[in-house]
Formats: sequence, structure tokens, C-alpha cells
Amino acid sequence: MMVPTLKRIAPQLSTLVALIILITFIFPSFLNLSMVDGRLVGPLVDVAKRSAPVALLAIGMTLVIATKGIDLSVGAIIAICGASAAWAVSAGYGLGPALVIALSAGIACGLWNGVLVSMVGIQPFVATLILMTAGRGIAQLITEGRILTFTDPSFGWIGSGTLFGLPVPVWLWLATGVLMALLLRRTALGMLIEAVGINRRASALSGVNARVLLIAVYAASGFCAALAGLVVTADIRGADANNAGLWLELDAILAVVIGGNSLLGGRFSIAASVIGALIIQTINAGILLGGFPPEYNLVIKAALVVVILVLQSPNLVTHFAFLRGALPTRRPSEQVQQTGKPKP
Amino acid sequence: MLLTVKGLSKSFLGARALDAVDFDLAAGEVHALLGENGAGKSTLIKCLTGAYHRDAGEIALDDQPIDPRSTSQAQDLGIGTVYQEVNLLPNLTVAQNLTFGREPTRFGLVDARARTRMAREMIEGYGLDIDVNRDLSSYSVAIQQIVAIARAVSLSGKVLILDEPTASLDAREVEMLFKVVRDLRSRGLGIIFISHFLDQVFAISDRITVLRNGRKIITEKTAELDRVKLIEHMLGHALEHEVEAQMAAHADEQPVRPLAFSFRGIGRQGMIEPFDLDIHEGEVVGLAGLLGSGRTESAELLYGVRVALTGEARDANGPINIRNPRAAIAAGFGFAPEDRKTDGIVADLTIRENIVLALQASKGWMRPIPRAEQNRLADDYIRRLDIRTTGREKMIGELSGGNQQKVILARWLAMNPRFLILDEPTRGIDVGAHAEILRLIRELNAQGMSLLVISSELEELVAASDRIIVVRDRRHVAELTGADMTADTIVRAIAAPGTAKEATA
Amino acid sequence: MTYKTLLATTALVALSAGGAHAQVIGFSQIGSESGWRAAETTLTRMQAEERGYDLRFSDAQQRQENQIAAIRSFIAQDVDAILLAPVVATGWDAVLQEAAEAEIPVILLDRMVDSSDDLYLTAVGSDLVHEGYVAGEWLVDTVAGEDCRVVELQGTTGSSPAIDRKNGFEQAIADHANVEIVRSQTGDFTRSGGKSVMEGFLQAEGGGADICAVYAHNDDMAVGAIQAIKEAGLNPGTDILVVSIDAVPDIFLAMAAGEANATVELTPNMAGPAFDALEAYWADGTMPPKFIQTESALYTQDDDPQGEYDRRKDLGY
Repeated sequence: MMVPTLKRIAPQLSTLVALIILITFIFPSFLNLSMVDGRLVGPLVDVAKRSAPVALLAIGMTLVIATKGIDLSVGAIIAICGASAAWAVSAGYGLGPALVIALSAGIACGLWNGVLVSMVGIQPFVATLILMTAGRGIAQLITEGRILTFTDPSFGWIGSGTLFGLPVPVWLWLATGVLMALLLRRTALGMLIEAVGINRRASALSGVNARVLLIAVYAASGFCAALAGLVVTADIRGADANNAGLWLELDAILAVVIGGNSLLGGRFSIAASVIGALIIQTINAGILLGGFPPEYNLVIKAALVVVILVLQSPNLVTHFAFLRGALPTRRPSEQVQQTGKPKP
Repeated sequence: MLLTVKGLSKSFLGARALDAVDFDLAAGEVHALLGENGAGKSTLIKCLTGAYHRDAGEIALDDQPIDPRSTSQAQDLGIGTVYQEVNLLPNLTVAQNLTFGREPTRFGLVDARARTRMAREMIEGYGLDIDVNRDLSSYSVAIQQIVAIARAVSLSGKVLILDEPTASLDAREVEMLFKVVRDLRSRGLGIIFISHFLDQVFAISDRITVLRNGRKIITEKTAELDRVKLIEHMLGHALEHEVEAQMAAHADEQPVRPLAFSFRGIGRQGMIEPFDLDIHEGEVVGLAGLLGSGRTESAELLYGVRVALTGEARDANGPINIRNPRAAIAAGFGFAPEDRKTDGIVADLTIRENIVLALQASKGWMRPIPRAEQNRLADDYIRRLDIRTTGREKMIGELSGGNQQKVILARWLAMNPRFLILDEPTRGIDVGAHAEILRLIRELNAQGMSLLVISSELEELVAASDRIIVVRDRRHVAELTGADMTADTIVRAIAAPGTAKEATA
Repeated sequence: MTYKTLLATTALVALSAGGAHAQVIGFSQIGSESGWRAAETTLTRMQAEERGYDLRFSDAQQRQENQIAAIRSFIAQDVDAILLAPVVATGWDAVLQEAAEAEIPVILLDRMVDSSDDLYLTAVGSDLVHEGYVAGEWLVDTVAGEDCRVVELQGTTGSSPAIDRKNGFEQAIADHANVEIVRSQTGDFTRSGGKSVMEGFLQAEGGGADICAVYAHNDDMAVGAIQAIKEAGLNPGTDILVVSIDAVPDIFLAMAAGEANATVELTPNMAGPAFDALEAYWADGTMPPKFIQTESALYTQDDDPQGEYDRRKDLGY
């Protein structure tokens, strides 16, 4: 079990390591780690913490994409769940009920998407576009158009607290990733999702309940988005309906793609997607620490992403193999020339 | 010789696909290339057309050694190929397809009139009466096939490779295609013809080369070979006796078997008129009819792919509600659909996963089949059904059609169903797998499993079935048993309404 | 007929009818995309109520065609004046011409249009460059000649507030070599952007020890930066000075807690000066200047931040 997983995520892991090395050249203290007041601090810890929203989204997005779908609404779900949690906390319901409300809102959004895709038969792109557009409006209704600030320290802990030396958001994506991977791979869910993604009709004819699976997958994506919404909201101690999670759905999709998962569905790896999210955040951190003018941010990010995707492309692998295959044939001929020289 | 191949070898990741194969082709000859799937036919073709690069051996065209690195290079040398799935662009016109890549231009723009003229010249002599300015897709597959041949001949002009060109053609269209092939032969082209249909091979070819497991077995003049011998060469063992023995078995009196399932008045408007069907234990019921007659639709209603709007189904314990495939599976049904690629296999999953899929789905996701058990099941069926693969973790999409079909059968056998529906189980499968699947059907019903088999191969259907139902115009029109059950009576029942009614009576 | 003579006659008509009925004013607002915009709407309503005007409000939801439709409807209702906060700068000529022909004065709020200034009475707005300048001036005065390494949280890259507020600040510190911007990145005007960029700045600048002040293009980013500074174990307001622009309620809370130092107000009260100009115009036909600049007031911890918060918290920010 362990060896194939490692083999699968090797390209992503090596990309991440290469990026970290690259940034360390530009900014030598990137690898600095120290313990302050029982918590680990350093740029790498920040990267892990800042990756949380996209990593959480990428976990859910991986499943949706494995079914040949896409979930564009996760950014808006972040806004909705953050707004409902902030509203509940500031209305005095306490942390527990606020979490329940936010997570249920996320799952409800996911169920809505799932029903549109699976029962109504709307294409995933369009079905989730609906909530992507409407979701931010719903969030604005909850916050009444302003940044809903709260002071509850226990909620803030989710965004900036520390547990066993690591930031709480890091624990959140680690736990979600590990639990989700266990749930999918220790049961038959993972294989059934892949089967539906590769060939829904053949799977249904084999008795796979594709409808329910699809709905469940979108609900899982909504749940992950709700967790991300909690992190984002707790981080700034306020729900910003206009900006919370804005464009994060695209980063999440990018993370899944960098993770080597096909947008055409089928085989998936949650670990690789999460590493994809770490890669994106590492790039962001590198740009920030490098001190480039902000006009260059997107260009640098895009250039690095292109390089990463090209290096991972299977086409390139065959080209590379071809080049390597061509080399030995050249070498012997050189040897022949060398041995041939002294003769005359 | 026009084309000479000597000692051609090709390996993939250590597996030998071609092993020192010799082959030659004379001008003005149709040379058939035969072999089971996986015998090495397509590898040989791909080496000739430059799609693969050979590991060893020589290819000579007009006694000049050649080394094509791409299909377009092979084309320039004179080797053209036409595949089973026409690889032209259906949304362009016939003329655009014919002149694609070398359009006549005037002032730097495509000269439409010259193109039309050029296209007409190209298809002249092919006996086609078509408007070259209409979309290619508005013509039948046979005509598209001939257009593809015309394009290939005018591009290459020496060697024409026809890779299963007749697989999706009806008898009249095949004859039309063969006329074109004979004309080309008399014009001095060398033609390599690949097909699973032995009748066609005997009808058109001058010589036959048989490949098996990457080696050349024989090259013989067609006139000096008979079918039995040919099949023996292809399989390495005799088949004919098997089918004959089976056919003989029909002469025996039918034993009385208990009723397993009974369907009453099953139908759905626009698909098939309501029909009754009784399935006995260990019985094989054949379903014959033309494509689109309602035979696949019957199977889909029985299996709940589409919900029957009328009628009811029962088994020994009472009514069963087949509202979807899952309900059908729960009632002990299994279904191997006609279109294997789109409805059967899950291409990017492994053989193991494809085999356990239905079993896992019926157990539910909470109860995963342990990996050791999955491995055991997969290995067991790979051995029992003789699935040719390097291992159970190979993607099913990489297998040949016959082996894919065996995996799908294994998927259902793992469920141990009471009633298995096989829609065209032998379509597009090489002759060896064919025989094995027929053997499997017999084995299964000997174990008490009931089967419903749909097939266009009438001889085969007669050989396999205890009873045959004929479907015509979305109605079940006849039921044939015992001595009535011959290919002839089936054809008559399909063709002539009058005789069909008599047969039912 | 020129617009001015038209207006003069209107004024006379208005005068002769004066006081008999409440003035009717149409207000076409862009939408409610930000707290500041909501506060602008609230303040306009309050101002109108104070002065006894009948305000007809229309929310365009970010669409110019909605605004044009609203103005045409105001013209049809024959209102006494129109306030317009235009969503875009171009495409107003025709509808402003219609208003001029109906002899209804139009006042632009907060943003400008590209039409000829004959077509509107005046425009009320703030000077973004000046806001940045006021912030810079405050910092220069506060550090009083000591060296100060500043990190800057820019607004959305390429937006005019980001460009102008950066320019204004740079002008103010240009002659003071002791004040220097050492890092500048975009925080996209958002709280989370401000926080995550500030975290990066703190990492890059010796854990924050090398930073003397943070200048944020808006208060939201400043609030985010304050959180980042606190989480890094430093005291915002004392270890690192915080100066920003907008004067939204939350920054006053931070000031009251001693965590922010100064903010420059972008007043949402655009309607006040607009109504003043209208009244003078109605009274004796006084033509206001074509641009009325609102005051860019500076607020510091000495200006009763708690009181300012209480005054603003219900404006809809």
C-alpha cells in the first residue's frame, strides 16, 4: 500500500522540495525553524498554515474531479459558512453550535450541487456555477454587507491557535486529508468513485449506485469548503462576504491538477492534491519573501505553474525517454571514432 | 516482390510482440493477415506504417530498404492504411477530406472548383455516385470507407493496408467494398487485408498468412487451405469439432427444467411491445433479430436499464420489482452489454478492479472486499477464463476485445448470478476467444445458470441455445425450438412475416 | 441654450415655488459592494432627512443600464435634483443631456465621469493622492527625524486608489531620507490579504524587529496586519506603528485599544457638501466649483477613537 502511494506522489514531492531549495537560495532564512513559547515558528510553518484553505478545498475537489465533475462553488461556500459561523458566534450561540451551523451549511450547499448534477442532470460546470454566483449574495445577506467582526477567542483559535506546537489550521488539513484518505481507501468508496468517474454507465450497469455516490462527493466537497471557511474566518476574526474565498476554487482546481489528477476523472490521489496546495502556497510565499513588486506576482506564479505542469506532463516523459534512448546510440559511434583515430 | 519483410521483431517492455516475422506481398495481390487478438497483426502493421519502430529486421519496398518513422513518411513511400473506424473528418465534405493537406490553391486561397474537380477525379473508377461537396457524415460507413481508400490510394499508391474494413458493414456493403478491392488489385496494388470474418478472407484473398503469439505460423495460397486447417493454425487446436459436438447435442430430447423467472407483458412504448418470457433453470434462450429490431431493448427492460412501463416479473418466491440494474442484480441478474467499450469496461481500472466491481457494489462500500480476496478472485478467473494478460493489475483498456469480454464475464461469474444476459458476447472478438466464450456459456448452463444470449451470428446462436426467440419490428414474433431451430428458419422468421407466424403456432 | 442659462431659469422657478413643498431628490447609487458604500447610502439618507428632502433612492447593483434607467425615471418624475454615484466613467452624455434639457441639476458623488462638465452642476469627491499624502505627513511628523523602515500594504494592483494612495504617501516622505519604504506588496484591500502579506513581511524583516511602521492603503488590510503583528508576539501601535486610510469603525476600535495609530478619513458623507452646494444654488443661483473636495481628516488615538467608533458603527459600514 505504502510504496505505490509514495511512487504516485513522488513527482509532486520532488517539485515541492525543488521549490523550497529555489526559495532558500533567494531567501536563505526560509528554512529557519525555532520554538517560541512552545510553538514552532518559521516561514515553512507559515506556508503550511496558509495552505490550509486551498488544501482543504483540494481534498474535496479531488473527489469531485475524480467523478469527472468540477466544483466552482467552493469559494462561495467558504463565504457562506464563514458568514454563518461569524453570525452565530456574534449572536452569542457559542462555538459548538456555530461550528455545527457552518458545517451543516457547507454540506447543504454540497447536497444542492450534488442533486443538480446527479438527479437533475445538469453539467457540473454549470450546476456549480449557479451557487458560485448566488453564494456570495447569500453570504452578504447574512453579514448585511459588512465585515462581520467577532471577538470570541475560542473561534479565533481555529484560525491562529496552536496545538502540540503546530498551528491549528495545519492540524485541520492534515486530519481531514488523512481521515478522508482512510475513509476512501479502507472502504470501497475510492474504487467506486473512480469507477463512476471513468465510466458512469458501465458502473451503473454493474450495480454501482452512481447517483448517491455523486451526491455524496459534492457534499464532501461542501464539507471541506465549510472547514476552509471556518479557517479563513477565524484567521481574520471576521466574515468578509465579498472577499472570503474569492477565486480560491481556481487555486483548488490548480492544486488538484498539479497533484497529477486528470480533469477527465478516474484515478485520484488526495495526498498529491494536498501537496499541490502546498506547492501553490510555497510559490506565493517565495514571491512575498523575494520582495518582487506586486505587478510581477501573477506572472511569476503562472510561469512556475507552467514549468511544473510541463515537467509533470506524460508527453514530456516519453520525449525524455526518446532523448535518453537516442543518447547511447550516439555514444558508441563516438567510441568507434576515438578507437579508430590512432590507426592511420 | 513489392514488399518484403524479413526477421521483423518488436518488444514492449520485455514482452515480445513480434518474433522474427517474415512476410511478403506481391503487386496485384490481396494478402490476408490472420490471427487471434494479440497474435501480432497490429504490431506488424504499425511497424510497416511507421507508427512503431522495429527492434530488428528489414523492410524493403520495391527491393529498396525502407525505414518509415511516421505514418506520413510511410505514406510518402507508398504505404497507405485504412482502419476499421474511418479516420477522416466526418464534418468536412467528401472533397475536403479527399484533398486535405494538399488543397489546390489559387492566389494563396483554396480553389473550391479545382478541389471539386480533383476530388471527382480521385473517386472516379470506384463506382461511387456521390456529391463530393456534401459532408462525409451524410454517407454510409461503406462509402466513407471507400472514400478513405481512395484518399489512401492516391496518397500512397503501392501498398494498401485494410485493417478490419468490413467490421461495421452489412453484406451488400461488403460486396461493394470487395469490388473496389478487386479493381485495385487488377490495377497492380498490393493489398494487405485483415479481418476476423473467414468467409470474407476466403472470398477476397489470394494468399493467407497466419500469425500466432508474435510468430509467423504459415503463409499459403488461399486455394490450398480449408477452413478447419486455417482455424487450427490460428488457434493451435481444433475448434470445429467443438461446435459440431454442441450442435449434435440439440438432437437430444429437452429435459424438463423448473421455471426460474417468468416475465409477463413486459414492454415500454417506443422500445418494444409487451412480451412474455419464461426462463427455466439452466436454460439458454437465444434472442435473434436484426440490429434495431428490439432485441437489445428487450434485454434492457429485463435488466432494468430502462424501466418497463407495463408487465411484471416473478421468480419462484413471487413478484420481483426491477426498477433499476441494482434491483435486477439483487434478484440474481447479470448483464454483459453489447457495447463493451462504453457500457461494459471501466477502462482505466485494473482487471482485478473490473472483476470485483459488481460484487463490491452489491456488498456496499462499507464492506470492502479484502485485497487478498480480490487477488484470489482475479487470479482465479484469469486462469479459468484464460484471460491473456501479464497480470491482474493491468488496465483492462489495454486488453484485446476478447479478453475484455472475458473480464466482464468474470465480473458476473464472481456474483454467481441465477440469470445472465449476454448481448452480442462474441462481437469483435477473435476466433479463439469466440470458441472459449461459447464453451463457457455451455459450462455455465450445465451448472444451472440461466442465460439469455443475443447474437447476430445465427450459427453460433443455434449452437448455443435451447430455444430461440425472434424479434422483428419491436415485437417478439416467433419462438423456435428443437428441429425448427436452424439458421435458415431464423432468417425466414426475420424476413417473412407469414412464415414467422406459422412457426409460432 | 446653454446649460447655465437653463439652470438659472430653473433656479428662479425653484425660488418662486420655494418652501411650498419638500424638495425631491433622486439618488442613483452604484450598489452596496462595500461597507463604505453602505455608509455613504446611510449618510445620504440621514442628510436628506435632516434637511427635510424627499429622497428617492435607487440601487443599480453595479450596472450602468440600471443607473441610466433610474435617471430617466427621476427625470420623468420631475425631481428637483439628481445625485449620481456613477459605476463607470463613460457613456453618460446622452442621459445627462436629457437631465439638462429637463432643467434638473445633477451632482456626481465620489467618482467622476468623462462627459463635459457643462452637463453636471458639480462633483463631490475625495482626493486619493491627498489621502496618501496626509498619512505620509503624519508618519514623518511622528517619527520626528528618526530612521523608520516602512512596509506598505498596497490595494488591488492597478486600481486607482492603490496607485494614488501610494503616490501621495511617497510624495510626503520624499524629502525625508529617514523614512523609507522597504517592502511593498498587494493585500488586495482585504483583511485576509493584509494579514497574510504582513506575516510574510514579518518573516522577511527579522521577525518584525526591523519594521518601524506599516502603511496600509485601507483600514481592512491594517486590521489584518494588526492581527499578524500580535500573533508574531509584537505590539502593534507601539513596536510597529500602524497608519491607514478610510476611517471605518473597526480601525477606531483598534485605535481605542492602542493597536492602531492613525487613519485618514475617506468620508462617506458626500451628500452633505452636495446638499450645501444645492442649497446655495437654489437660494441665489450660486454656481459651485466643478469639483468639491471633501476633507481628508486625520484621526489619531487622541481623537476619542471610542467615540468615533460609536458614531460610525450604525452607519452600515
